[in-house]
Amino acid sequence: MFRNQYDTDVTTWSPAGRLFQVEYAMEAVKQGSAAIGLRSKTHVVLACVNKANSELSSHQKKIFKVDDHIGVAIAGLTADGRVLSRYMRSECINYSFTYESPLPVGRLVVQLADKAQVCTQRSWKRPYGVGLLVAGLDESGAHLYYNCPSGNYFEYQAFAIGSRSQAAKTYLERRFANFADSSRDDLIKDALIAVRETLQGETLKSSICTVAVVGVGEAFHVLDQDTVQQLIDAFEIVGEPEGPAAEPEPEPEPEPDAAAEEGTTADQGAAPDQGVAPMDI
Amino acid sequence: MTKQQANWSPYDNNGGSCVAIAGADYCVIAADTRMSTGYSILTREYSKICKLADKSVMASSGFQADVKALQKHLAARHLIYQHQHNKQMSCPAMAQLLSNTLYYKRFFPYYAFNVLGGLDSEGKGCVYTYDAVGSYERVGYSAQGSGSTLIMPFLDNQLKSPSPLLLPAQDAVTPLSELEAVDLVKTVFASATERDIYTGDKLEIVILNADGIRHEYMELRKD
Repeated sequence: MFRNQYDTDVTTWSPAGRLFQVEYAMEAVKQGSAAIGLRSKTHVVLACVNKANSELSSHQKKIFKVDDHIGVAIAGLTADGRVLSRYMRSECINYSFTYESPLPVGRLVVQLADKAQVCTQRSWKRPYGVGLLVAGLDESGAHLYYNCPSGNYFEYQAFAIGSRSQAAKTYLERRFANFADSSRDDLIKDALIAVRETLQGETLKSSICTVAVVGVGEAFHVLDQDTVQQLIDAFEIVGEPEGPAAEPEPEPEPEPDAAAEEGTTADQGAAPDQGVAPMDI
Repeated sequence: MTKQQANWSPYDNNGGSCVAIAGADYCVIAADTRMSTGYSILTREYSKICKLADKSVMASSGFQADVKALQKHLAARHLIYQHQHNKQMSCPAMAQLLSNTLYYKRFFPYYAFNVLGGLDSEGKGCVYTYDAVGSYERVGYSAQGSGSTLIMPFLDNQLKSPSPLLLPAQDAVTPLSELEAVDLVKTVFASATERDIYTGDKLEIVILNADGIRHEYMELRKD
């Protein structure tokens, strides 16, 4: 993308029918660290890479609990994500108060999308620079949605956003047909492997990733670091993520040098189609 | 010209009594389960007790529609607090929130007479007693509702806290053990049921201590 005379205002169309400010906002999402979501019929898992700026600082919170049945992972401008999470929490509380029942996920994402759209049609506002993976459970089952700064939203079986997310997407595309009937633990394992794909050879440890689950009979919660490390240790021994069948009984012994085996599997896709307006996807 | 009087009231009194007693490491909150209107009984099995947080339990008598609205309001505020602070509200914090919420409607009050019980941040029992517009005080024990005039004097006799004017300052909590306090509550309600027509049917007791929450029930006279 290059600077041109139509990209100063969000309320200025380009001759090709594009709103560049909105597209630039979506670029901000691509710069953020990766966030991944996948769902089965009964569970939805969110996982994200948590990189701290320096060893001295803490890392940014990227996964937020919105309600017992909904959680969200963000990529992009964390501050915008925090504000939108607060809005989502508020909507859930108000709905619960009025109707004494949980807000259906589909309704929440539409409200979120409409809120994002407003910022694409006001000259005194700017689009939110954050992409949200909304994971939730309601009467119609388990759902995973992606809300982008343009005001569009899509439902997914599995998706990844943020930097180097293409690697994770490639892995997910290979495996998503199995997800619907996956067990909770297999789903979490797949999420962790997808996160590992985005790390490009770096060792996957629980200190740099966060995992959250929501499912039937299980309120949305973030898994604690020890549990995540145990899960990582359990499947690291498997090595090749393209194994034909997911092993149901992971080995208990930890394998510290698994990093060496991952080098070949990092699948760095080329920079996505530059000429096509992202909103067409 | 005589002053006009309202021919309709937005309030009703559903009766009932509530009691709370604070101990060294426990708190007992109790209320009867009768809901009345006028001289009729609406139901014999209505709970006036609501758990607001892990360590805060509120019992309210008065107009139950207002009580329900108040409970929902506090529950929503507690959820917001948990999102912002990543922890449950302490009982003293909830006490202040309840007071502020009640005073907010100073000119169209919640017709609710509340008693809040729980454990403070040191694990000691605490009881807060309120009027309808939010005036509150931390005490060692309290009774509210239609039977309060019958119950309170008896609790004063059995539990009277040392005067706050005495030195050295002494704890407001009762020296009774948990079992003794529960027994006292049962006795007190059985007595109130005899003479207060709005109190009776069943007694619901909630006991909060370091191990968590426990419920007990006792039948009361149904007349």
